[in-house]
Amino acid sequence: MKHTVIAWMEDKPGVLNRVAGLFRRRNFNIESLAVGHSETPGISRMTFVVAGDARQLGQVQTQLAKLINVIAVKDVTSEPSIIRELALVKVNATSTNRAEILQLVDIYRASIVDVAMDSLVIQITGPEERIDSLIRLLETFGIQEMVRTGRVAMVRGNNGFAGNGRQ
Amino acid sequence: MHEKKSGAQIVWESLLSEGVEVVFGLPGGATLPMYDALAKDRYPIRHVLVTHEQGASHMADGYARATGRVGVCMATSGPGATNLITGLTTANMDSSPVVAITGQVPTSLLGRDGFQEADVQGVSLPVTKHNYLVTDVRDLAQALKEAFYIARTGRPGPVLIDICKDAQQAETEFEHLESVNLPGYNPTLTAADPAAIERAARLINESERPLIVAGQGVSIAQAEAELRNLAEKANIPVATSLLGISAFPETHPLSLGMGGMHGEAFTNYAMQECDVLIAVGARLDDRLTGVFSTFAPKARLIHIDLDPSEVGKNLTIDTPVVGDALLTLRALLPLVEATEHPAWLAQIGQWRSDTDQRDVLAQETEELVPPFIMRQLWHLTNEGDCTIVSDVGQHQMWEAQYFPHTKRRSLITSGGLGTMGFALPAAVGVQIGHPDEEVWVVAGDGGFQMTMPELSTVVTEGLPLKIAIINNGYLGMVRQWQDVFYDKRYAGTPLFNPDFVKIADAYGLPAQTVSRKEDVEAAIRQAQAHNGPFLIDFQVEPFANVFPMVAPGKSVADMIRRPMPMTAVEGTEG
Repeated sequence: MKHTVIAWMEDKPGVLNRVAGLFRRRNFNIESLAVGHSETPGISRMTFVVAGDARQLGQVQTQLAKLINVIAVKDVTSEPSIIRELALVKVNATSTNRAEILQLVDIYRASIVDVAMDSLVIQITGPEERIDSLIRLLETFGIQEMVRTGRVAMVRGNNGFAGNGRQ
Repeated sequence: MHEKKSGAQIVWESLLSEGVEVVFGLPGGATLPMYDALAKDRYPIRHVLVTHEQGASHMADGYARATGRVGVCMATSGPGATNLITGLTTANMDSSPVVAITGQVPTSLLGRDGFQEADVQGVSLPVTKHNYLVTDVRDLAQALKEAFYIARTGRPGPVLIDICKDAQQAETEFEHLESVNLPGYNPTLTAADPAAIERAARLINESERPLIVAGQGVSIAQAEAELRNLAEKANIPVATSLLGISAFPETHPLSLGMGGMHGEAFTNYAMQECDVLIAVGARLDDRLTGVFSTFAPKARLIHIDLDPSEVGKNLTIDTPVVGDALLTLRALLPLVEATEHPAWLAQIGQWRSDTDQRDVLAQETEELVPPFIMRQLWHLTNEGDCTIVSDVGQHQMWEAQYFPHTKRRSLITSGGLGTMGFALPAAVGVQIGHPDEEVWVVAGDGGFQMTMPELSTVVTEGLPLKIAIINNGYLGMVRQWQDVFYDKRYAGTPLFNPDFVKIADAYGLPAQTVSRKEDVEAAIRQAQAHNGPFLIDFQVEPFANVFPMVAPGKSVADMIRRPMPMTAVEGTEG
């Protein structure tokens, strides 16, 4: 089963290396990872998706929490959460099929962020399934290039999460 | 306005304020400023010069385990620092509080692959509890303060600080720091959640065949008395891991000694037959459990450990009890009912009598077998009033089986990593930490040679170490596996050994060779009587193997036993 886990960590040199090294050494199966600033200066927030059973997930959380620079770790899989990913897709487009692509973009509430003679760059944000679904459709036109950010997550409402993850 | 100090001075000032009395090290280009400050400012800290930095890291580790204080080692950049890595990994696996200070090339040369540059922070990252790279002298005092705090608190472990040479030379205002700011690290020792302790007590009270498995965490928490109170109150037998040896007196009627791959049969049977297993401060690693899925199949598992990541790492735990062993056992004791468990103890007694019949020492043999030496050493040290520092291999297992430890922290050995070459340098640290203790190095001929040059440290420092080499001319434990699993093809295991007496003589310490049983006692007595280091080369029966033995992939009840002697009652089960 896939789990979405949020980790808060001190923004210090090498901290990403520590986390990545731990994932590698403990043989954790990480599907995606996104890291950036949190609302608190000096604290980074990482969202990652990990596949595994209860034992493996327990290990991911407790081993991560043991890293000195990691402040808190929270599995939000069962919490009501907003989960988003962003993708940029450069797709083949000609004068004959451009309208068809635009229609899909419209349906998926994606946007065109670049137009060239033979291609379009589409930006889409949303849950992974919606992105997967659009990508499957775009594949029929031929995808030249694609980049995805990996999942980021935030628990809905007033859930007692302090900014640095401590409750 | 505080006084200005150089980075090098700040290192020694910080060490002094942490109460450090000894540093094990070897200088080099990138640590010259620190060594110069030590000489120039005459800081009252003893520097023990080693012959190889691996020795320094084991010495710091041995010192730390024996005293409970942080051990400190020091090495230069590049090869000096990488030579520490085996010792730091050893300390990390066995939760030993060590601070390693390494010199690094100047900041301006970082990342340029200059002379003696290595990415020491990167290299040491997975084998330390935490580490630092200090490029700015203004960060140095904070890093040192945190390093010592992290090393000794919570579950102890090694911390490395890599200090650029220019940060050692630069000056800054220095003040002694009182506190640390580590928002992600809260090592406060507390008892486990009362509800978990109550659940554990209920399981123990309902149990008919309870068993305690004690690990080194008991000794780290100094919870030996609390463990004994629990065992005695409810008459619960106590098995230990290798590192748990000496956490519970092995001459106690409830002691089952070490369990696992080379545990006694009655100990392993008890682990497999118990209905409640209480692990205290033990990692429950594969050497103790055999194949995880086969371990303690009839038992509900209670796991008391400070480190939540250890609980459930290898086994599914029915009752996780995350907390300090001392405080948790104290809270648990009043909830546990006084009971006798006569049937269970009688069952274990029956298994034990079978083991007694197979005892190597009960056989009339001419050959000098290592168990005989271990037991003699025990008798001649007033039944174990000494500290044994063992190396890794067959002799280590024989020591664990045949030397009953009764004094806390009286066995220092590399358990988790199994580092050959550990014993001699670790014993240097033990002896320096406890100058009046009788300290015995017990090492095989293979492992001893890995760090043998530290004999010069022993002699230079005037340490009265007693060294017993259990010399069988083989890398014995590997040879044993070749005997049992590889059809006796001795690939790479026969050793060409030097004359250890001549080696000792070259270093200036007296030594003796012993190859007959009847000479063992006199040699040990001579070593003890000598006011200084002494080496005994015990030339033992070369093909003796360690039994019981659990084959890999088996449950711990599935052992190759010691043979039943021919004189035993006919019909006794094999």
